[in-house]
Amino acid sequence: MRVTVHLTSLLRSDAEGAAHVPLEVDDAAVLRGVLDTLTARHPGLDRRIRDDRGELRRYVNVFVDEDECRTVGGLDAPVRDGADVRLLPSVAGG
Amino acid sequence: MAYLLVIGTRKGLFTARSEDRRTWEVQGPHRLDEADDAGMSPVYTVGIDPRSRRLLAGTESWHFGPSVWHSDDLGATWVEPAAPPIRFPEDTDASLVRAWQFAFGPEADTVYAGVEPHALFRSVDGGLSFSLVRSLWDHPHRANWFPGAGGAAIHTVLPGTLGSGRRSPEAITVAMSTGGVYQSADHGASWTPTNRGISAGFMPDEEPEYGQCVHKVAAAPDGSFYAQNHHGVYHSTSPDTLGWDRIETGLPTDFGFAMVAHPHRPETALNFPVVSQEVHLPPGHRLSVYRTDDSGATWHAVEDGLPKEPYFGIVLRDGACTDGAAVPGFYFGTRSGDVYAATDDDGRWHQVVAHLPDVLCVRATEV
Repeated sequence: MRVTVHLTSLLRSDAEGAAHVPLEVDDAAVLRGVLDTLTARHPGLDRRIRDDRGELRRYVNVFVDEDECRTVGGLDAPVRDGADVRLLPSVAGG
Repeated sequence: MAYLLVIGTRKGLFTARSEDRRTWEVQGPHRLDEADDAGMSPVYTVGIDPRSRRLLAGTESWHFGPSVWHSDDLGATWVEPAAPPIRFPEDTDASLVRAWQFAFGPEADTVYAGVEPHALFRSVDGGLSFSLVRSLWDHPHRANWFPGAGGAAIHTVLPGTLGSGRRSPEAITVAMSTGGVYQSADHGASWTPTNRGISAGFMPDEEPEYGQCVHKVAAAPDGSFYAQNHHGVYHSTSPDTLGWDRIETGLPTDFGFAMVAHPHRPETALNFPVVSQEVHLPPGHRLSVYRTDDSGATWHAVEDGLPKEPYFGIVLRDGACTDGAAVPGFYFGTRSGDVYAATDDDGRWHQVVAHLPDVLCVRATEV
């Protein structure tokens, strides 16, 4: 199936400047698989969005369509064909 | 001769250059990451390789995690390696929070990184990539080390000495909050806690074998050590055999974070007193530096050139350093964003820059 990952401007330098990355992933893929496919294509993104244990960084929000992934299973969140996955900085800083 | 001062702050990296160490040209915040328009990442540690003059900067983005950058042109441009330079192996089930300290070993291109969570990493390629020092990670005491107020970190790494007259390329001393001081005589293959005499008022046993909250240790040129503890200031010529002696008599408080040893005179060190763990303010609301010239038997304030009005910014554990020059310069920055420099033949503090973001770390060198 096909999904599109949308990158916040702060992450585009790790994806050759791309704002949107269309991906082909397994039909049964969950969010983890989408991110694996994304970071296989753009390895520099992985350290930005996941820590050394492979967990999502605390202040990175990942929306699968309209749902922030942590409310629908985290990295195991289901992803539909045609889904939009958005990587966004959370509310943090200071 | 020119001098370079590298300043890590809560909002970016700054550099200052001087010919005479009295007047300084300051640049920054440097834009390490081209995607970081504001150059705003906190810089928790900086290092200057004494051989190659490569600069290292340990950063932590709120959103996108920690990293290590390097510059081979004294800070003009910065590079982040394609692979994360410091990364915990998968089997550790740990993840890097941030680098707290860079230190340079006796061999060319050997760099140590003390990090959070409590761990030591070693690089043999000048800081481009690091490997976990397994012996310390696997130490049976590690399960009992716990976070100090700043985090669970190895914040001090001192390669090359175990004590006075005991310099060795195989020697490494580290300090952590909490956990205390550990030393290795075999290039990091094994580690021994060497905290005898250092108090831990927050533990049932006030002088435990380990578990102290040592804030900073500085190595003197003869190989002996000065330590600022979480309440308590100490000196040791041989931590493993003789333990540590209290030397805070004459200081306004026994609390603080930073400690700097004179690079050529073993009996001289600088201390930056802070009022207690609860207060974290300069004693008497006065920015002041204290100096000993007799290994801590006596202390005197070195305040010429510092503000006389009330002051509220303290010096953090890596917020002070020396450039190690023949006539050494000393430097410190405060949480109020002011940075000062003094040379040993002058004794008067000169303001390098004011009103920066909170200063987290400084390092200086001749260039």
